[in-house]
Amino acid sequence: MPELTSSKIPVTVLTGYLGAGKTTLLNRILSENHGKKYAVIVNEFGEIGIDNDLVIGADEEVFEMNNGCICCTVRGDLVRILDGLMKRKGKFDAIIVETTGLADPAPVAQTFFVDEDVQRNARLDAVVTVADAKWLSDRLKDAPEAKNQIAFADVIVLNKTDLVSRPELAEVEARIRAINPYAKLHRTERCQVALADVLERGAFDLDRILEIEPEFLEAGDGHDHHDHDHHHDHGHNHGGLKHYHDEDMQSLSLRTSKPLDPAKFMPWLQDLVASEGQKILRSKGILAFSDDDERYVFQGVHMMLEGDHQRAWKDGEPRESRLVFIGRELPEQMIRDGFESCITT
Amino acid sequence: MKEFDPGEAASIISVTEKVRPVAIGMPVTSVHFLGDTAAFVGAEENVAMVSGQGEISRVSVHGGGILCAASDGSRIVMGGDDGKLVALDAKGGVTLVATDAKRRWIDNVALHPDGAVAWSAGKTAFVRSGKAEEKSFDVPSTVGGLAFAPKGLRLAVAHYNGVTLWFPNMVATAEVLEWAGSHLGVVFSPDNKFLVTAMHEPALHGWRLADNRHMRMTGYPGRVRSMSWSVGGKALATSGADAVIMWPFASKDGPMGKEPAMLAPLQARVSAVACHPKQDILAAGYSDGTILMVRLQDGAEILVRKNGTEPVSALAWNAKGTLLAFAAEDGDAGLLAL
Repeated sequence: MPELTSSKIPVTVLTGYLGAGKTTLLNRILSENHGKKYAVIVNEFGEIGIDNDLVIGADEEVFEMNNGCICCTVRGDLVRILDGLMKRKGKFDAIIVETTGLADPAPVAQTFFVDEDVQRNARLDAVVTVADAKWLSDRLKDAPEAKNQIAFADVIVLNKTDLVSRPELAEVEARIRAINPYAKLHRTERCQVALADVLERGAFDLDRILEIEPEFLEAGDGHDHHDHDHHHDHGHNHGGLKHYHDEDMQSLSLRTSKPLDPAKFMPWLQDLVASEGQKILRSKGILAFSDDDERYVFQGVHMMLEGDHQRAWKDGEPRESRLVFIGRELPEQMIRDGFESCITT
Repeated sequence: MKEFDPGEAASIISVTEKVRPVAIGMPVTSVHFLGDTAAFVGAEENVAMVSGQGEISRVSVHGGGILCAASDGSRIVMGGDDGKLVALDAKGGVTLVATDAKRRWIDNVALHPDGAVAWSAGKTAFVRSGKAEEKSFDVPSTVGGLAFAPKGLRLAVAHYNGVTLWFPNMVATAEVLEWAGSHLGVVFSPDNKFLVTAMHEPALHGWRLADNRHMRMTGYPGRVRSMSWSVGGKALATSGADAVIMWPFASKDGPMGKEPAMLAPLQARVSAVACHPKQDILAAGYSDGTILMVRLQDGAEILVRKNGTEPVSALAWNAKGTLLAFAAEDGDAGLLAL
């Protein structure tokens, strides 16, 4: 297993709304002296200032799969391009896919779940979203694409922080955390982020689903901002920080220290993603099943799930199950009730 | 197992000692015969030409990955990620056929027996025939596959949600055969009556061209990447399952309402198929490196290459059917004279 994983080429998906700084980050990755060679799949030729014969233009063709599941879409062009790139294996160490500013990251991610040949050769490393500190709050109100990109992210590069005041920065971070409290967030100017923070993250590697704790906001001085009218403070203040509730995109976390019944849990989870998968963007979990000495881990994108036993529970390690869903208009009570019914009594 | 089973491997006829091994020394994606010279197309840059005497000479054809190749027996035309379309002849001569104006990848190529060549870059299919000038045609999404009809100058262009049949020399509008999904490969039956595509999902789709009746050919565990018509076009042999799946095309209804034949099942996925040009025999390569020759009537098998290597990626007969060439993905190749 480990040798299989390591021979697969990591693919980083770079998203972000128009003008957030994707190309700046891309140029940084390509120009930095890291001794690695990247193949880059871009949508606009000519924006990259680096001479690289492994820059490939893509058309962002989103194809529906013929499996009766409407949200199951893949990037048809990516299947073809990755296939072609594999002929030049050994000429590059990793692949970066830059999406357009209006793209939904889901079809890109789903391509790695659905396509056998893609899976054989490449692995999704992480979805990295570049966000504009000055304009993101506005875009979250008027651009559903921007919200999707934040919700989907494993890593968020909050860029152009030099263009906002500290209260404004705290405000936009609170907005991000209301949608996605789990992504790693880096504040940058001109995308000056350590490359190790955006590349080789292994965010989709089941073996590396070690912790799914939210990243709590650091204490700041942004306590005096005012809510916009369609947001409201739902009163869960962590460490005295302002905490938002986003009306249509939320994360839902579940946990229990009692073992789960696998005969109930697995069908429940599968039914849940089958019926609510359009709303659920990402899901992840570490599970403790009854009469099972190994941790079970899973992750999903919309209706697609993958899971496996990860390792034995360690001595003294609390056998606790934790699940996280990030999605749009999640039916919270239904999910909580369903989860409760899977707990052994 | 209750009874002792001697196993099939013990009883199978083997011709492995008759194979002349050829070390290509680079990953191979396809092989084609130019006369009695076997030309192994590399994954990038080079073609290795192996003469009947076993001498290997390398010819540089592209400045990067070689994305597609087609042969008419006298030349191989290949498209690359360098945006070039080049032809290689039996003497090792390389000719530049076309260069994409935007240096896009040349994803697909097809050859017509009369010398016409078709290729595609992105959503555009191009045709150049004899003296006529180059013509192009845009389809709604990236071209997944190209095939010339056996008769007339008619090009099938596979794409998302169907196939477009384009007549480059006619003003008439192109005909579109619709079927939801992504179509990545396309072939005409030799009698010109059927069109079959290999889809992105593990299935084939077919149309009877007289009335555009649909034929769904499903049940594969994996995507079909290799298709080959048996002699006379009586059946279509396909990869993608742990046996060679042969769809019957001898009757006017083709495979409609019929079960396919399953030949030479192994504990491995069929990765390449090549039907013999004169007899009812085929060669099948598997994901574990096995190569078998199979008689179509009764499924009798002969072992050509043992398992335990990289998947078989290339398989071809010469026109007379006296030589079989093969290669695994890592370039471990061989020639078998019958």
